[in-house]
Amino acid sequence: MKLFYVFIKKEFYHIIRDRRSLFILLGMPIIQILLFGFAITNEINNVNIAILDHSKDVTTQNIINKISASSYFSIKQFIERESDIEKVFKKGKIKAVLIFENDFSKKLLKNSHATVQIIADATDPNTANTISNYINAIIQSYTQELNKDVVVSYQIIPISHMVYNPELKSVFMFVPGVMTVILMLVSAMMTSISITREKELGTMEIILVSPLKPIQVIAGKVIPYVFISIINATIIILLSLFIFKMPVQGSLILLGFENVIFIVTALAFGILISTISATQQTAMMISLMGLMLPVIILSGFIFPIESMPLPLQIISNIIPAKWFIIIIKGIMLKGVGITYLWKETLVLIAMSLFFIGLSTKKYKIRLE
Amino acid sequence: MEKVIEAKSLTKSFGDFTAVNAITFHVEKGEIFGFLGANGAGKTTAMKMLIGISNPTSGEAKVAGFDVFKQRESIKNNIGYMSQKFALYDDLTVKENITFFGGIYGLSREVIKSKTQVLIKELNLEEVENQLVGSLPLGWKQKISFSVALLHNPKIVFLDEPTGGVDPITRRQFWEMIYKAANQGTTIFVTTHYMDEAEYCDRVSIMVNGKIEALDTPKNLKNSYKADSMNDVFLKLARG
Repeated sequence: MKLFYVFIKKEFYHIIRDRRSLFILLGMPIIQILLFGFAITNEINNVNIAILDHSKDVTTQNIINKISASSYFSIKQFIERESDIEKVFKKGKIKAVLIFENDFSKKLLKNSHATVQIIADATDPNTANTISNYINAIIQSYTQELNKDVVVSYQIIPISHMVYNPELKSVFMFVPGVMTVILMLVSAMMTSISITREKELGTMEIILVSPLKPIQVIAGKVIPYVFISIINATIIILLSLFIFKMPVQGSLILLGFENVIFIVTALAFGILISTISATQQTAMMISLMGLMLPVIILSGFIFPIESMPLPLQIISNIIPAKWFIIIIKGIMLKGVGITYLWKETLVLIAMSLFFIGLSTKKYKIRLE
Repeated sequence: MEKVIEAKSLTKSFGDFTAVNAITFHVEKGEIFGFLGANGAGKTTAMKMLIGISNPTSGEAKVAGFDVFKQRESIKNNIGYMSQKFALYDDLTVKENITFFGGIYGLSREVIKSKTQVLIKELNLEEVENQLVGSLPLGWKQKISFSVALLHNPKIVFLDEPTGGVDPITRRQFWEMIYKAANQGTTIFVTTHYMDEAEYCDRVSIMVNGKIEALDTPKNLKNSYKADSMNDVFLKLARG
């Protein structure tokens, strides 16, 4: 036990002396979460649109007023000719054009329908989609107002209610994602680098010749990073609580516990990487390529797993991050407890054990 | 004399390649044993088997009275090792390095403290004891590295090319440290490329292609190969 203490103390010296890495280690989560929280957003706000109104009557004016009253759109331009549509899009400021047909009010009263065309700039397909949906919704609600006094037979009115995130804040999606990426990166990359560094320096050889047992060496390498990762997780949770007002509906203790499990999984993965790479550079490349991309793409952090092709859906199951994201979303947003999350938790524990087992085996082989 | 290292037909193969081919030798207590050979002759592999970080394929060996197959942990407590990289931690101070390496051999805090003081005095490190090792010249690192390998009073110290890249004066001083340790009863097992250093050894073995081709005192070797220096002996053997 005393040998072990000496080892951990040395590890802390390494971490504290390397100011630059320490700064990155602790600064990265703050910067990332602020960036993701503020800069990257799927919500639309003050989108510039143009109007081509062929009828210019009361109804079209009412609709235009409703649209400009919403905070989502700002009407930048009224155009007169169809040929101008192309021009405004090419300038790039205008993201959508709304076209009202001739005699809008008249047709509406006489034929009980009139058309309005929405042309959206789909160079950014997601935004185009959102814009068109929002305009649709505004027009729908106006139509309903018109029909207020009329009895319409057979009308189906869907009332949607967004649970767990009523305001559809994207930061609620990014916090679990960023937390996962950072914990994975810090834990796996930093441990693998710190172990391979000793190999490069030749100190690993000296340690192997000493009475320290392999398990003590590995644990000694890992424990300091467990601490740092816990600090990081805490920082991220505090930031999301106080800056982004993201709620923690479930138990904080459970959240902490799950974080520790995930950290251990990531660390175990880092050890595995260090057993297969000889240099710090290899370790870093493997961690970045092998972890960053799958974690971002296949974990359900940004892209929904359900809409991926089946092979990718199956592969996503072996990404620890996928299970962790389900867990944190469950705890933070839905407020569910371990009774709902035991399966995901077990998957993470099983993965850690697998990685640890595999790397202990690999570590032994390297000594031969 | 007491034999502290005994190897009988010790062999290590990697697949078809036999790196160490049935070597048999012994080293006596307090001896300075030179383990020579060209690059790739199998020196390092042989040494790794003796210090317990590599499994022999066949044969027998005892180090400090313990079996290299079954009693590796006991071997580890009784040997010191210095690698060719003089591996110390650059971002730790001289004192911290000593404390760490003493600590992983289970020395108590008081013992480490007193040993550190003695060591720093002997090596004239008073001025730099709290400096990071990374800022010290190579020769100093080498001496500290050697002293650290001796910290837990091992019966045998294994030195893997301990003087590579070091200037002649420092090499000379380093060999004085080796003599001193040997005089105090520590057995020294040293690999080297410098043939003048081979002359300082009590006995020398020369490995060629995984086998020990010659083993004797430098004087006897020179006589039997009718050579003026160890350098000539080595060239005659290595060229076959």
